Amino acid sequence: MKISIEGLHKAFESRIRLGIMSALAVNDMLDFNSLKEYLDLTDGNLASHIKALEKEKFIGVEKSFVGKKPNTRYFMTKEGKKAFEDHLEALESFIKSRKKI
Amino acid sequence: MKNEKDYIKDITEIRSMMERSSKFLFLSGLAGIIAGILALSGAFIAYKVFNFNPDRISYSSMEYGDLFASLMSVILLAIAVLILALGTAIILSYRKSYRRGEKLWNLTTKRLLASLAVPLITGGLLLLVLISNGLIGLVAPFTLIFYGLALFSAGNHTLAEVRILGIVEIGLGLISSYFVEYGLLIWALGFGVVHIVYGIYMHYKYDR
Repeated sequence: MKISIEGLHKAFESRIRLGIMSALAVNDMLDFNSLKEYLDLTDGNLASHIKALEKEKFIGVEKSFVGKKPNTRYFMTKEGKKAFEDHLEALESFIKSRKKI
Repeated sequence: MKNEKDYIKDITEIRSMMERSSKFLFLSGLAGIIAGILALSGAFIAYKVFNFNPDRISYSSMEYGDLFASLMSVILLAIAVLILALGTAIILSYRKSYRRGEKLWNLTTKRLLASLAVPLITGGLLLLVLISNGLIGLVAPFTLIFYGLALFSAGNHTLAEVRILGIVEIGLGLISSYFVEYGLLIWALGFGVVHIVYGIYMHYKYDR
């Protein structure tokens, strides 16, 4: 059965993007490699999902150097937090409405 | 468009990711049980073989001579117990992470170790100061207190039960700092019995 629910954001239709947002919701900052390990993805795959979320302005990037190595860290923006929370609320109300039936 | 099952799976994934990326989840109940058994054996050997059971807070330099020989053996014994218990914990955590297909050495592990390190190193240095001043009666209570503080602060980065374990150890440490003559007994209770009870509880709750 196909269903559509109000409030669910298109950007979160991919479970990988949802995973990235979930990890950033409970960590102030995460570097690329940590995200890669949690999600078990290849560099290219993760990069493309990150780019999509960046484009929506849901996550921000902070580039710095650890010694000579570049270190890229990601964080959730205010917009991202709002969108993620709305998405969770929509999921929650959806589950609740299903339980009643 | 997704169907109902997909959304339920989404929620499961969100929960699991939030937990995995913020908490160290490879603690093993079995490691707690083994640590408890090691601590009980250690305390028993210290008491029976080395005759170590301080009943006062401080010892003057004259009496200290007698105690000193057994104290050295007891310190070595304690270090051996610590290494065995830590080794078991690391091996069992590694096994748990391996089975889940995750790396043991990740961000949450580093955070856990960092929050353990500050109270443990402080406590360790303080113990050296106590011993060098003959305050032998306070050694057992202070190991309990600082171990408890370390667990309490590490509790933010791992399963919530660890905080409760920390509070129990701090409580036992404070009690034994007042009743110094029961120091070794309460130490055996805190590091032995409490670990075993905690380990059994964690094993049944998370590992089965």
